[in-house]
Order: sequence, then structure tokens, then C-alpha cells
Amino acid sequence: MKRTLFSYPYILWMALFILAPMLFIVYHAFFENGRWTMEYIKAAFEDAVYFKVLLRSIMLAFEGTLLCLLLGYPTAYMLSTMKKSTAALLSVFFILPMWMNFLLRTYAWQVLLGSSGIISRILSFFGFSDVLLLHTEGAVLLGTVYNFLPFMILPIYTVLIKLDKSHIEAANDLGADGITTFFKVVFPLSMPGVISGITMVFIPAITTFAISRLLGGGKYRLYGDLIEQKIVSDGDLGLGSVLSLILLVLVLISIVIMQKAEKTAGSEGGTLW
Amino acid sequence: MSKHLIELINVSKDYEGDAALQNVDLYIRDGEFLTLLGPSGCGKTTMLRIIAGFVLPTSGKVLMDGEDLSGVPPYKRRVNTVFQKYALFPHLNVFDNIAFGLKIKQVPKSEIERRVNSMLEMVNLKGYDKRWVDQLSGGQQQRVAIARALVNEPEVLLLDEPLGALDLQLRKEMQVELKRMQQSLGITFVYVTHDQEEALTMSDTIAVMRGGVIQQIGTPQDIYNEPKNAFVADFIGESNILPGIMKDDFKVEFNGREYECVDKGFGKNEPVEVVVRPEDVDIVDPYNAHFEGEVKSILFMGVHYEIRVESGGFVWTIHSTDPVMPGGKVGIQILPDAIHIMKKPPEDVSGESE
Repeated sequence: MKRTLFSYPYILWMALFILAPMLFIVYHAFFENGRWTMEYIKAAFEDAVYFKVLLRSIMLAFEGTLLCLLLGYPTAYMLSTMKKSTAALLSVFFILPMWMNFLLRTYAWQVLLGSSGIISRILSFFGFSDVLLLHTEGAVLLGTVYNFLPFMILPIYTVLIKLDKSHIEAANDLGADGITTFFKVVFPLSMPGVISGITMVFIPAITTFAISRLLGGGKYRLYGDLIEQKIVSDGDLGLGSVLSLILLVLVLISIVIMQKAEKTAGSEGGTLW
Repeated sequence: MSKHLIELINVSKDYEGDAALQNVDLYIRDGEFLTLLGPSGCGKTTMLRIIAGFVLPTSGKVLMDGEDLSGVPPYKRRVNTVFQKYALFPHLNVFDNIAFGLKIKQVPKSEIERRVNSMLEMVNLKGYDKRWVDQLSGGQQQRVAIARALVNEPEVLLLDEPLGALDLQLRKEMQVELKRMQQSLGITFVYVTHDQEEALTMSDTIAVMRGGVIQQIGTPQDIYNEPKNAFVADFIGESNILPGIMKDDFKVEFNGREYECVDKGFGKNEPVEVVVRPEDVDIVDPYNAHFEGEVKSILFMGVHYEIRVESGGFVWTIHSTDPVMPGGKVGIQILPDAIHIMKKPPEDVSGESE
């Protein structure tokens, strides 16, 4: 039996549930009632609101990715220097929330950040009453970082523990102290992990919806929300499809950029996925 | 040459109860090529890493130029290391790998360029400066590792089995080249290997180690010709080792026969170990022989034949340039200066408890 046979179910699955919907979207973006139309494209580019929302999505994804990196790298680094058993235990704490549904986690934050939530109450105890936490841009950013942080930590951690310790010794041997060794050797060698972390955070962050609706109270609509609204609420399949395609192109562009970056970062190390 | 550049004083190292080094005393003279030789697990790499500063001794201290190195981290020591697997930086090209140490010391750019280029020339890698290290062969990577260490002009170069991964011919070439570099630069080399031939060819001084203890220190000639104990004799070259009894000064009995020898100063009838090098066992015609034996096997080794001859229950290993007939009888003669007498180690488990 040919081994390629085993891949047929997968190919069928891909065709049915990934390729077909894609074609469906392309069709709805350019055709109406079987006739070619540029109406939706025009609409998507003419209305400044769409552009503004897209920009906001990109900004949020950037900020979220940056925060994840700033939080995630030191965490991964600390984990990598710990004893294997301790690190394994601690990384369970990072992975554990991922076993919970994404929406549930976000709902939990909604409760925590709410005006009668525990954080507000603690703040008002110290005299900071009426601090608005929920339905702020900060809350949306928090939700994004919280949800995607593990995807930053894990690939970096994987690369760091695989790092050949003799490279660190070699740097020390050549006169580099701890800090210099980190910036000249450890960090450059962990770039593959950083890049795959960025990819794993940036792409879901730019396409996210629901977080902004639940934690931003609809005030900070993101591109994902916009697509959802067009298709689900307004029933405007054409415009929704065009917006989806624009996002898709954006994602593809960022993947290409990341892959380029990964190649120049060298062959050492590896990626998690 | 006579200045003691590095001194290890009563250095011990335990790894969670396992002793890697036990009360080692050693000095390294300025400009010498010292080899730490021993089987794996003998503590030679630990000793090197203690000198480099990657490992702190459990007790004892290391002096360099008389100054205690106890609190000195590796990056402040005036030594550089050539690592076993080279540990070249994969994210840097050949030039930047070699320039790494100089850049950290903020040497001016023009000087870095000059020194790196002259190093590249010295290790025969001119024109390779822009290559990535993973595009180099094992031998070329080895050269880069040497250049990366030597460009810093260390007082001591530590080499941790640097030629282990190379094929035989390349290894021989590099041995000669390393020796040449060491002599022309006048830098002290501390070289770790388990290859006795390598140690004999390159070193000024060899320290033979076993079980975290130095068994013997001396010139290659001393160690080969006058091994201190049966372990050294066996490890340095091949040996026939038999139990014997020292009958009197210059008289030893082994394998059921009495021989003349050149050793004295043992107790009367003291049990000893007798070591005879395979090339010192002579095959002669039975008329002149001390004894006769039966040829068990003969193996062509290139320069010589390795012949195994059984006599009185002991199988002698003999190196000879003349072939003999397997299964035949040969006469064997052992001259007095071929016989080396060793004291029996107290309970022959290992030499660790000396």
C-alpha cells in the first residue's frame, strides 16, 4: 500500500473545510448573483472607518506582541535556568489556562475587571474609586497578552534549553561577562524561538475578535469584530468577504516577513511547531 | 622556562560525593607543553575546567603567577580555551568568531582586523573570513577555534581533546601544527587527551591521571621508559605485565624462571609487577633462548607484526619486524634492561588511594 494513501483523509479535510471556504470567500468578494462586481472592494477601501479599524488592529497586535515578548522572554529565560523538574512544574502553570476555552478565560477577565470585580474593590480600598478598568483599550490589550503569552514563552523556552552551554562558556572564556554574553551570544542564538513566538502571537492577535467585544465593550472594534459584524449581523456577505481577504493578505505578508527573518537568524536552534 | 606559571595546590573536586579530583598538586612551567593524559573519567577535563574557571574546586587553590585565582571568574582569567566540540558561534562568520574576544576588550577596529587576519594566515584559513562556521569542515572549524583563542594572546592556552573529532591523517597534521604554533608563540599549552601517542609526540611534560589522581609526571621519555606503576606502563604503549618476585637486587623471578634485571632496592622475596614492552621481547633461535613458546597468532600492523606467544600459561605480546609461522615454536629472550620492576600497588583495585 502506498504511504501517500494515509494523507488522503487529511487532504479531503483540508479541501472541504479550508480550501472550499476560502474559495467561497473569494467568490463572494468578487461576484454578486453570478455577476462580476468591484462594488465591495471599492466600499472597503473608500470608507475610512475600515482603514481606521485595520490600523487599530495592527497597532494592538504590535503592542500585544511587544508586551508578550517583554514578559515572555525573561520568563522563558528564568525557566531555562531552573532545574528541569521545577521548570516542568512551573510551565504547567503557563499551559494550564490554555486547556480552558478561550472565551471562558476572557469572560473570567470580564468579571475580574468589572466595576464590582475584585481588582476594582482592592483599588477602591486604597482610595482609588471609580477607576475604569473594563471597557478600556488597556483591558483589550491585557486580554490579548494574557491569551497569547504562552505562545511566546514556549518556543523561546524550547530554544533556550536546547542552547549549547559550551557557547556560553566560550563567550565567558573570551572575556564576556554575564550581560555581554547574554546580548552577544544567548539572545542572538535564541532568535529562532523569538521569531516563532512573535509569529504565534502576532497572527492570532491581529485576527482576534471577541476579546475586544468582551473586554472593550464594543468601543474598540477590531478588524475581526468588523468582519463578524458585517457577515453575522448585517448579512453583508460581500463586504465581509472583502475585509476577510484583506486580513488574509496581511497575515500572509507577515508570515513571509517572519520566515525571511527566521532564515537570516541562522540555522541554530529550532522552533516549537 | 623554569617559572611556575600555574600552580594547583591540593586541589580536590567532588561531584555530589563522587571524587573527580583528589588532592592534586601540579605546577605548569611558563612556555611548556603540558599534557594531561588518562582514560575517560580520570579527572583530566575537570582539571582543565578548574584552570579555566568553569568549575570551582571543592578544596585547594589554583595560582597563576603566584596570584590566587579563587575569586576570579573565567572572563577575567588570562587563559583561553579550545573546546572539545569547538563551540564556535553559529550566528557569526569566521572573522567575527575570531574577533569576538578582541571586540569585547574594545580593541581598535584596525588592530582587530590586523590581528584576525594574521591569525587566519597562521591557521591557513586566509580568505575564509566571510564564511559561516557551518560551511566549514571539521578540520577548518578546529582551526577557527584555535585562532579564536590564540588571537587574544593568552598566557595559557587550554585545549580539551581538540583533535578528537578529526580523522587520523588530519589529526597528525594538526599535532605538528599545534606544536609549531606553541613553539613559535611561546605560549604555555595545557592539553587534555586520552591518546597516548598524541601525548608522547607533542608534550614537554605529561601528567598521567587515573581516578582523579596524578599517577606520574615527567617527560615523554621518562614516562615511556620508566613507568612508575603498572597502570602507567599499560596506558602508555602496550605492555606485558606479569606478577613476579624480587629474589635479590638485580634478580627477579617470573613465569617460573629467574632473570637478570637492572633494578634494585626492593625487599628480599618482595612480590612485584614485571613490565616488559612488546618491542623489548626478542625472538631468537631456540638455542639462545630463555624459553620456548608456541605462536598463537600473528597480525600485520604496518611497520611491525604483533605476535602472541604462549609459554607457561602466559601469553606474551611481541612486536617484531620479522614474521614467524603461526603454530610453530619460537625461542624468546628477555634482556636485563627490557625488564621494568614495579612495586605492587596496595590491593590492586585502582591507584586511587595512594
